[in-house]
Amino acid sequence: MGKIWDFLTATRGSTRLHWTDWVSYAYLCTGIFLMFGPVVWLVLSSFKTEADLQRFPPTLLPYAQQTVEVDGYDDALPLFVMTAGEYEGMTLAQLRRVGNQAQMIDPLNPEERLRVNIANREPVEEFSLATENYTSLFERFNFLRFFWNSTFITVTATLLMLLVNSMAAFALSKYEFRGRTAVLLLVVGTLMIPQTVVLVPLFLIVTELGMFNSLWGVIIPGAATPTGVFLLRQYMITIPDEILDAARMDKASEWKIFWRIIIPLSAPAIAVLAILAIMWRWNDFLWPLIVLTQTENFTLQLALNSFQGELTTDWSSLLAMTVLTLLPIATVFMFLQKYIATGIASTGGK
Amino acid sequence: MLQILSPIMRIVEVPMLALQRLLGINKLAWVFLLPNLILFGLFAFLPVILNVSYAMTGGDNVLLADRPNVGLRNFVTLTDCENFLDPNSCREDKFWRAVWNTTWFVTLQVGAMVGFALLTAIILNGKIRARGFFRSVFFFPVLLSPVVVALIWKWILQREGVLNAFLDWTGIGGYNWLVDAQWAFTWSVFISVWAHMGFYTLILLAGLQAIPRDVYEAALMDRASPWRTFRRITLPLLSPTMLVVLVLALIKGVQTFDEIYAFTGGGPGTATTFIIQYIYEEGFAGAPRLFGLAAAASLLVAIVLVILTLIQLWVNRRNVDG
Amino acid sequence: MTNKVLMTTALASVLGLSAGMASAQEIRFMCSTDGNECEVYEDLLTRFEADNPGVDVIVDIVPYQAILENLPVQLASGNGPDIAKVTDLGGLSEYYLDLAPYVDRDYWESSFGDTLSWYRGPDGGDAINGMHSQLTITGPFVNATLFEQAGVEMPGEGATWEDWAAASRAVAEATGTDFPMAIDRSGHRVAGPAISYGAQLFDADGNAMLVDDGFTAYVEQFVEWNNDGTFARDVWAGQGGATYQDAAQEFINGELVFYYSGSWQVGRMEENIGDFFDWQVVDSPCGPAGACSGMPGGAGIVGFSDTEHPEIVAAIIDFLAQEDIYAEATARTRNLPAHLGVAAAGVDYEGVSAGAQGALNGFAGALPDVSPIAFAYQGYPGNRAMFGITVERLSQAIVGELTVEEAMERAASDLAAAMAEAN
Repeated sequence: MGKIWDFLTATRGSTRLHWTDWVSYAYLCTGIFLMFGPVVWLVLSSFKTEADLQRFPPTLLPYAQQTVEVDGYDDALPLFVMTAGEYEGMTLAQLRRVGNQAQMIDPLNPEERLRVNIANREPVEEFSLATENYTSLFERFNFLRFFWNSTFITVTATLLMLLVNSMAAFALSKYEFRGRTAVLLLVVGTLMIPQTVVLVPLFLIVTELGMFNSLWGVIIPGAATPTGVFLLRQYMITIPDEILDAARMDKASEWKIFWRIIIPLSAPAIAVLAILAIMWRWNDFLWPLIVLTQTENFTLQLALNSFQGELTTDWSSLLAMTVLTLLPIATVFMFLQKYIATGIASTGGK
Repeated sequence: MLQILSPIMRIVEVPMLALQRLLGINKLAWVFLLPNLILFGLFAFLPVILNVSYAMTGGDNVLLADRPNVGLRNFVTLTDCENFLDPNSCREDKFWRAVWNTTWFVTLQVGAMVGFALLTAIILNGKIRARGFFRSVFFFPVLLSPVVVALIWKWILQREGVLNAFLDWTGIGGYNWLVDAQWAFTWSVFISVWAHMGFYTLILLAGLQAIPRDVYEAALMDRASPWRTFRRITLPLLSPTMLVVLVLALIKGVQTFDEIYAFTGGGPGTATTFIIQYIYEEGFAGAPRLFGLAAAASLLVAIVLVILTLIQLWVNRRNVDG
Repeated sequence: MTNKVLMTTALASVLGLSAGMASAQEIRFMCSTDGNECEVYEDLLTRFEADNPGVDVIVDIVPYQAILENLPVQLASGNGPDIAKVTDLGGLSEYYLDLAPYVDRDYWESSFGDTLSWYRGPDGGDAINGMHSQLTITGPFVNATLFEQAGVEMPGEGATWEDWAAASRAVAEATGTDFPMAIDRSGHRVAGPAISYGAQLFDADGNAMLVDDGFTAYVEQFVEWNNDGTFARDVWAGQGGATYQDAAQEFINGELVFYYSGSWQVGRMEENIGDFFDWQVVDSPCGPAGACSGMPGGAGIVGFSDTEHPEIVAAIIDFLAQEDIYAEATARTRNLPAHLGVAAAGVDYEGVSAGAQGALNGFAGALPDVSPIAFAYQGYPGNRAMFGITVERLSQAIVGELTVEEAMERAASDLAAAMAEAN
């Protein structure tokens, strides 16, 4: 216990806890509860049956009614605990219910049939994981195929976007040329038009280019995001020009400066953009929905949303699928986030 | 990663060096820009231009060629108001309700979100244990799809939800949050901050990395208070990143849609109907599909956003120069 | 090692599928599902594929949103599938493939009767454009156990909305149930009651008009009932825009006495209520205008005229329309049959309880009560616009953003604007 306390209260380097540290940890713990709590609950809920998901109020853990095998009955019988009336406190198994009356038996004494009012009983419940939510997904889908499509789109689009955007950001931050402001304003300007509206024009362009029902129809338009250029450019501005001038004195080519100096120095921003790009492409739904209509091209998000019908949604399957699609990207995030902290301090400006 | 790519980069260096000799250093900028400009022009700028053309047409056909030109009629329809502050006096009352809702929403949401994102980023950047874990904690909501975000918060906030169960247990008593216009609006702001804060925290975290450590060490030597260090060092040095965050937060705030649409559908009544929902329902989900009206509305919004962004850029430049 | 196996499997599935694509005459069937419809069709079509070597029917299961929002755009740009299951029956009629040259017209007309006209769009004509695969009809579910607990007699045949409201209120009060009544938040769902209150929906020339005295009378009653607690206010007032919201969860949890929804909920009720309480389906209540109408609806399977293989597309839909196949699909998907022959013979639903079977039969039995206006409304190509307007403006009246009078004015002008733009 003491060890945990040491771990929690220790700060790197200094020995004494400043009051700001206390506030920080208090804030972070609230964060766990508020930000992470709902996510954990989501994962737990993906193990609930459809009927359990419909229940008011929602429970924290997945439950199912306990059943009991009684001699002489083929099916397992549901168990209830009596809350009032003649048999109060007893645990009984139900044979059948007609209207307000239920016919029950004591599993220990199965011969005698008891009649009780249904208001006097409560179901006995136990913790139970509805793993069929997950297994049925693999029976229903070519899961591997969708996973492959999603991965291919995400990886290719992210690499393409990082390269293209960082080149543009380099030009916009480290060169003085006519039209620089115009290009920058154009880039930021296109952000103003919501994606919902350009969906149809963009669709017409992409079909015109023959990329309908092709993974490239999702990858290439995805690489042209204004956010990335803007984000990287603002970061690259903070890199001192002296470093570039020194390199130029050493006769380094511009490409080499870009590749050997700017890219490593921008690692935190590039890591952030990589995380965002992976997340955008992996979770992209509206755009693939209109470009990809054939099962063999579907991504995980399309498969996930196919549980939404006109009038009903299959929530138990949808939640299980959500958790499955969340796992890879959460792993990627945990891996990539440490690169955010490899800025100028660690590369030493070389 | 870099090692794998460096042979390719060495090959690319050959033509780039030739171009550099041919064009000179400053014109080489266009070569760096070119790939992005092609992709960008085709898939980001051209659709916007087409969008402008759609705004000038009527009817419910999809292809531009089949649509009759109506000039500025869509804009006139949208701005036909006796009193802009009273949506009931407007021809497109839903549009103006959405405009005012969005104005309030963005004011509250951007302020709260940037504030909390900055606080979180500074704390996560400090000397704390299990940094990677805590970063994940604050970022995970960003990974969830809007439908799932809405579902979770419905479980919590509905009449028989978790929050009311808790309030009943404490004796305070529950409340039917989502039927009350003001509360539904407040919760919409909260949920939208919840769902997107991680995004801005991450960008700010990267920005904090760009501030050299020795500046802080100098401040420590001078026994500057944490608040003073923040005001005098962190904020000014963070300003390029803050600009990204503020500009993006404002634009994305105005474009808030999916999770709120899945959460309240814009209700009760029209209390949480925002501009993009109006555009979506007029142009895509509803019948007949009025692409023209939707495109015109999006352009009006874009014009307002451009003005607001220019103000932000101007303020930022003045702060940096001053 | 495992990695290698995984990679090989992935590659094999990639190659396997693309090899299959090249050889056969491939037919794409875009389908969205509320349960098991798409899987059942996929299964039935394997029989068609067996009879027709070389034809490969691929069922692409998509979110409903793709059918509603993206399919029209794809069709307009010439990129539609060959076959789709659609719900905007009249709205897409310009893209439909006329099956008449390929099928037995007499069989189709005698089997599908009036539903064929739902697919013909604004211009009418005598084309055979689609097969109504799922007939739905709106109607009430009642929690019989609550009635028994309260000792209240259930209103019998010919009961009015007022009778049911009084009875449901009495039951809710006696049993401490949260809500007496609820109706789905949908313009389609309130259409039946509105017609029962005298709404005509179309003028003498057959033009859509939505607002008239009967419609206003219903709206006034509905708003009043929402605000005095007779109806669960959450359903209509807790949402905005034209979003759909049902009250099935309240009903399943036993918090609702009388729930007006439709035949498609039977499967869900059976599955999720289980043994919790007894529920049953009753006739749609009557209005002061004398009608006791529900509202028909549903989805249908259509072919598109852009297809490269019109004769195969027609053969596939004709195959699904054959009496035995249609009966099997209906039984397995637990829908009501639109096929008159199947309906006359009765459907033996697979693996459902006696209660659910009774509920489905109850809905099927309510079909003769459906007003001709309701049939016309369902077949009217502009009905989606009218449904949307109904929901939006009614909700505003319920939450008090508009008075009933203002809401009706807005609804009328919304419709006029929509009609002007659509033509």
